[in-house]
Amino acid sequence: MAAESASGYIQHHLQNLTYGQHPVNGWSFAHTPEEAKEMGFWAFHLDTLGWSVVLGLIFIGIFRAVAVKATSGQPGKLQNFVEVIIEFVDSSVRDTFHGRNPLIAPLALTIFVWIFLMNLMDLVPVDWLPMVAGLIGGEHTYFRVVPTTDPNATIGMALSVFALLIFYSIKVKGIGGFLGELTLHPFHSKNMLVQIILIPINFLLEFVTLIARPVSLALRLFGNMYAGELIFILIAIMFANGLAMGGLGIVLQWAWAVFHILIITLQAFIFMMLTIVYMSMAHEENH
Amino acid sequence: MNINATLIGQSVAFFIFVLFCMKFVWPPVIAALREREKKIADGLDAANRAARDLEMAQEQATQKLSEAKGQAAEIIEQANKRATQIIEEAQAKARAEGERLKEQAQAEIEQEINSAREALRAQVGILAVAGAEKILATTIDPKAHAQLVDQLAAEI
Repeated sequence: MAAESASGYIQHHLQNLTYGQHPVNGWSFAHTPEEAKEMGFWAFHLDTLGWSVVLGLIFIGIFRAVAVKATSGQPGKLQNFVEVIIEFVDSSVRDTFHGRNPLIAPLALTIFVWIFLMNLMDLVPVDWLPMVAGLIGGEHTYFRVVPTTDPNATIGMALSVFALLIFYSIKVKGIGGFLGELTLHPFHSKNMLVQIILIPINFLLEFVTLIARPVSLALRLFGNMYAGELIFILIAIMFANGLAMGGLGIVLQWAWAVFHILIITLQAFIFMMLTIVYMSMAHEENH
Repeated sequence: MNINATLIGQSVAFFIFVLFCMKFVWPPVIAALREREKKIADGLDAANRAARDLEMAQEQATQKLSEAKGQAAEIIEQANKRATQIIEEAQAKARAEGERLKEQAQAEIEQEINSAREALRAQVGILAVAGAEKILATTIDPKAHAQLVDQLAAEI
């Protein structure tokens, strides 16, 4: 990578492997960031999707294997490990969510483990997997291995949670109740006329609150992981700049990775916890 | 950094994973966990019960032991009493037997004396007759003088 400039290196690492409908080339891989941009909405980041699906399958595979053999007797090591996670998620859900909904706990579990695994890819040194991809697909293949540093992934999950939030709000409170919640709070008046004036104000406030949920959910995770990834990339640049810088880079890489273990777990936990809280709000009558 | 259809793919994958987790992962594991919780609670209950039972059993055993000790002491006392009684009885019996034997012996002795005396008498009669025979140097018909001789003998 010494031949590339630092900014080129960074840009290369921040470009996804994109396959989409290019206005000129049709459905094809994007060879430059500009091409990827020109593809507009109908393009897929194959690296993001691939890694998230692979990691999701790893999660599902391990947990399903344990679930099949789950015994109430003495658990094996793997079962014990899985049980610790499930117990943790279950107690988090119980503490926060008081309704009855069999979806919430598995939802929280999936979010926690899946996001954790996706974040965990951040600890793989930034050049390893792109280098493998480069060997397979040619030197200029773009390849990002951490799905949660792609805003598409985090927005996708946040929008899914948002959809569930809207769905359960309407299911539990009815469409009227849900709209009432959006328009009759926080300002309320007995006078009809005043109330009518207040409705747009209430709606504005509540709508911003509502929209802020998926946005904050998506951007918090994306921001943290993107920043972490960027710092790993910056540290990786040091390796190309001589022995002293390389040595320092090793130390920094290690230190940042250790700190990052905390961040990736914390971000997965926050995403899970906020999801539970939002679901809990969706199930509560008139807060 | 482009927002594109990836987010749709991600949402679809997300829902599939959540649904799979809800159908095939969560229920069996959580069921196993609940069952184990119940087992442990039952086990603790059983342990408590067993401890209580043990305490009760120990109490009972102590009680039984002291009862048995009391009974044993009683039996020993009775046995001792009985032994003394038997000894006394045996002594009394022995004493009575001794008396009886002594009496019997005395009776026998007396009988012997009497029979000896009879025999002696008879002998004396014969001797007297023989003596008289010798003295008289005549033949005397013993039958004719038997009465006389018997009378003589009776006087001895």
